[in-house]
Amino acid sequence: MTTRLPAQPNEVIDRSKPLAFTWNGKKMRGFEGDTITSAILANGEHIISRSMKYHRPRGVLTADFWDPNTSVQVGDEPNVRASHRALVAGMAVSAQNVWPSLKYDAKAANGLVGRFLTAGFYYKTFMKPAKMWPAYERVLARFAPGGKVDLDTPHGYHDKRYAHPDVVVAGGGPSGLAAAVEAARAGASVMLVEHEHDLGGHLRWGSNDDADALAGLVAEAESAGVEILTNSTVTGRYEDNWLAIAQRNHPIAVERLIKARAKVLVVAPGLIERPYVFAGNDLPGVMTSGAVRRLIAMYAIRPGNRAVVLTANESGDAAIDELERAGIEIVKVIDARTGATVTKASGSKSRVKAVTCSDGSIVDADLLVTATGWTAPTSLLNMSGDRPVYDPASARFFADSPPDNVLTTGGIAGDGNRDELISHGRSTGRLAAARAGVARHRIQAATTRATAVDGPEPAYPDDTRSPLGRDPHPELFRSTSHGMVDFSEDISSKDLFGAAAEGFDSVELLKRFTTATMGPSQGKLETVNTVAVLAEARGETLAEVGTTVWRPPYAPIALGALAGRVFEPVRVSSIQPWHEANGSTPILAGQWVRPEHYGAPQQEVRNTRANVGITDVTPLGKLDLQGPDVAKLLSQLYTNKWMQLAIGSVRYGIMCAEDGVVLDDGVTGRLGDEHYLMTTTSSGAGGVWNWIENWLQTEHPEWQVHVTPVTTGLTSINVAGPNSRELMSRLVGDDIDLDPDAFKYMQVRTGTIAGVADCVVWRIGFTGELSFEIHVPSGHGLHVWETLLGQGESLGVAPFGLEAQRIMRLEKGHFIVGQDTDGLSKAPTTGMIGLLKFDKDDWAGKPEVAWALEGDYPRIVAIQPTDPSIVPDEACQILREGTKDIVGRITSSRFSPTLDRAVCLGQVTPEFAGPDTTLTVQLVNGEQITARVMQHHAHFDPEGERLRG
Amino acid sequence: MLLVPCPNCGPRNASDMSYGGEPHSRPDPNTASPEQWRTYLYLRDNESGWITEKWYCSSGCRKHFKLERHTLTGELRNPPLPGNKTGGHK
Ligand SMILES: [Zn+2]
Repeated sequence: MTTRLPAQPNEVIDRSKPLAFTWNGKKMRGFEGDTITSAILANGEHIISRSMKYHRPRGVLTADFWDPNTSVQVGDEPNVRASHRALVAGMAVSAQNVWPSLKYDAKAANGLVGRFLTAGFYYKTFMKPAKMWPAYERVLARFAPGGKVDLDTPHGYHDKRYAHPDVVVAGGGPSGLAAAVEAARAGASVMLVEHEHDLGGHLRWGSNDDADALAGLVAEAESAGVEILTNSTVTGRYEDNWLAIAQRNHPIAVERLIKARAKVLVVAPGLIERPYVFAGNDLPGVMTSGAVRRLIAMYAIRPGNRAVVLTANESGDAAIDELERAGIEIVKVIDARTGATVTKASGSKSRVKAVTCSDGSIVDADLLVTATGWTAPTSLLNMSGDRPVYDPASARFFADSPPDNVLTTGGIAGDGNRDELISHGRSTGRLAAARAGVARHRIQAATTRATAVDGPEPAYPDDTRSPLGRDPHPELFRSTSHGMVDFSEDISSKDLFGAAAEGFDSVELLKRFTTATMGPSQGKLETVNTVAVLAEARGETLAEVGTTVWRPPYAPIALGALAGRVFEPVRVSSIQPWHEANGSTPILAGQWVRPEHYGAPQQEVRNTRANVGITDVTPLGKLDLQGPDVAKLLSQLYTNKWMQLAIGSVRYGIMCAEDGVVLDDGVTGRLGDEHYLMTTTSSGAGGVWNWIENWLQTEHPEWQVHVTPVTTGLTSINVAGPNSRELMSRLVGDDIDLDPDAFKYMQVRTGTIAGVADCVVWRIGFTGELSFEIHVPSGHGLHVWETLLGQGESLGVAPFGLEAQRIMRLEKGHFIVGQDTDGLSKAPTTGMIGLLKFDKDDWAGKPEVAWALEGDYPRIVAIQPTDPSIVPDEACQILREGTKDIVGRITSSRFSPTLDRAVCLGQVTPEFAGPDTTLTVQLVNGEQITARVMQHHAHFDPEGERLRG
Repeated sequence: MLLVPCPNCGPRNASDMSYGGEPHSRPDPNTASPEQWRTYLYLRDNESGWITEKWYCSSGCRKHFKLERHTLTGELRNPPLPGNKTGGHK
């Protein structure tokens, strides 16, 4: 049963290494070097799949990556390209899209009712009524192609790499190899990316001389230091030669995405052989000349026994020689250059049996080889902004005018014998290296901190290559009969004629309506035939119809490779080891991992209000500001006044963007004559830094201010509660006087705490309690924290987490920027009208805030549900009673252990903002409750007596 | 991805930068009409051809700088500013 031929001179299989595998459960053997399909063919089977819509048996058509009907399931991996994937010992390979089996497919009934499955069938049939969609989906899912996804598949390891090569060569055929060699010899760093498993392109299935030339080129590339990536694809080219390369041969990663910034890209993908459209062209046994030559030369596979060859070019002629050499009977040669052609292939369900020729003769054959022309894979040129032009004399597209840093060589640039192709490649490599040299020089010259530029800029090299010729080729797309145009989507030329007649006669519309070119081959085999058939239907030329634009990716790339390894470092404070060792529940807040609580947040609140609590507030943004003009900067950024802030004082401020929307808030203290420490919200730390740099660099470059972010350099601890002063007194040195008259509310001191010098401590109080906020050099943060706990034992000290912080700040009615405000909340919404200083000459957002004040801006108000036990969820809507009119929403809500009731903040329209207004709040479950607007934002201690104590 | 020439760091991926759009001179906040102020905030010319833009080297040296970009081709070049080491258009 085997179709394996005797040893071929340049075969890539290693007969000393047999590999066992299964195909649909049947035990088979292949060799190392086989692809999955070559191994299946070697075992005497030739049906690889059933087609997508009609479930027709399909076999090998092109025997390469783009082979349209060779997707298989390998173990838990669906949609494996069997004509590309290398065989591995132990593979369990099975056919997809078949039921119950590849040989007896029940859904092949589709074939009988095929006339109902014309283009647009799914759109038209399953469109209405909308309520039927769940049922339609179930039906369609059963008929959808594709393998089985195993939800238990373990995560694979994927990775990314960043590279900055001088030259990337996309394609490792003779021209690409030669280009890589010469570019590397000229001193460029070169990456050569080959889509297939081996370098060489068509030299791999050529003569012995071709094989020798290939071996020579590979040796040259290796000794020239070219980085060779095989089984890898340049999947996309973006601005300034930013290239996405899918590397499938990585030893560890399942697939790796290489992001390469190339100075010059050489596009050398070769040519893709185009299938021919005629009745029966999808029968197993119909193959391209390239498929036959690969199968015989590389894998020693006998593709059939009696062959008809339709040839219009050298590749077809060479296939005849190859078949004869392999001992396969050639029953007829049809030379398309004389105008003869094939009109029909017919046979059983599973194999060609006879071929009908245009002269009316019918020949018995089990193999029909077509060599009807080439498609130039111009994807990377399209992505470079080029619009390739169709040349009818050569029946293919050529580049028009790609940018200077994108060069072409090989088949995509023209035709030639082996020596001509290699020679063109070499001159292309030299040009690429020279242009990359100029680019390298310009980058050096543009980078002030780089090493000195060597010499003057080299002259920009012109393209003086002698171009490759263009061989004439007949335009052969469709015979006189209808056949498959898109083998993976099951679209026939008749479907395309029909769609054009229905009015989908622009190529982009036709593609979307019929899904032609949208299958796994992504148009590599189908696009030109699709356009040609449409041209025929419209009675125009191919050039007039135009073609679709090839978009990235050139070949599929795994989503895992796009995601890559996750690089998302989290930040933790120096106290985090203590939190972890002491039962904290961690929470991810922005970039930070913080303790949410230590078991009982309500108890943490009660203890802080009754005794003293300490909490880790390190994520607070902190910026060290120094220079003579800091006060001017603060005045510009905050809405309130800063010019008179005394040394040793802190002040609260709100920042607005230029549109008046609240950007951030926080406390800034003056530590010295020209030295300030600013705090921002945790999430706003980065943005405020950028905002400050913007003002300093663009609006006021004359201001002398130096900004240093010190968020992670300082560990911050808030010590809060009636016993906090007593606790602090046990830690501070003589340089900080804690007496209430010496260190008042809203003041700052610097000094020694727990033996640590250079600490900053300020008296502020977002908890509403007497409290001290300490900023200590982060290397000593854990020490200070542990000292506070040790010294405070007799005072009832206990740590509290983020949840208790949130409860206490809500009890005090402090709004949080981004939670109680949103992207439309201008400063007046906060209620901090007294902080809006219009007698100050300028501040960011001032005019918008002034205009907002004149209008009906929403108000932040404190709200208490009538039923104290009901805590409405955050984002619950506030409605006008008896209507569905939304007049506001709950922005924060918690149960207050201090007041033993639910407390909220919310935003409401002015009409509902007055004290004692009754609100209607709609809960998530649809139920409505009433709630009352409070007089003050603070639910607890509105006069602030506790924190001033 | 665009290669953006930072005057300090040299050409860097655009993802290292923050895009500031076309600069617009800031009106006097005390006399500006709502129309003038909102023109400053929101309205940009977006002409076809060379325009000037603000960029911020947010993952690098943190310099705010101006560049010229061609809105049809995506080309970027340094504006011919005095003291700019790259010497203007290239
Ligand atoms: Zn920079």
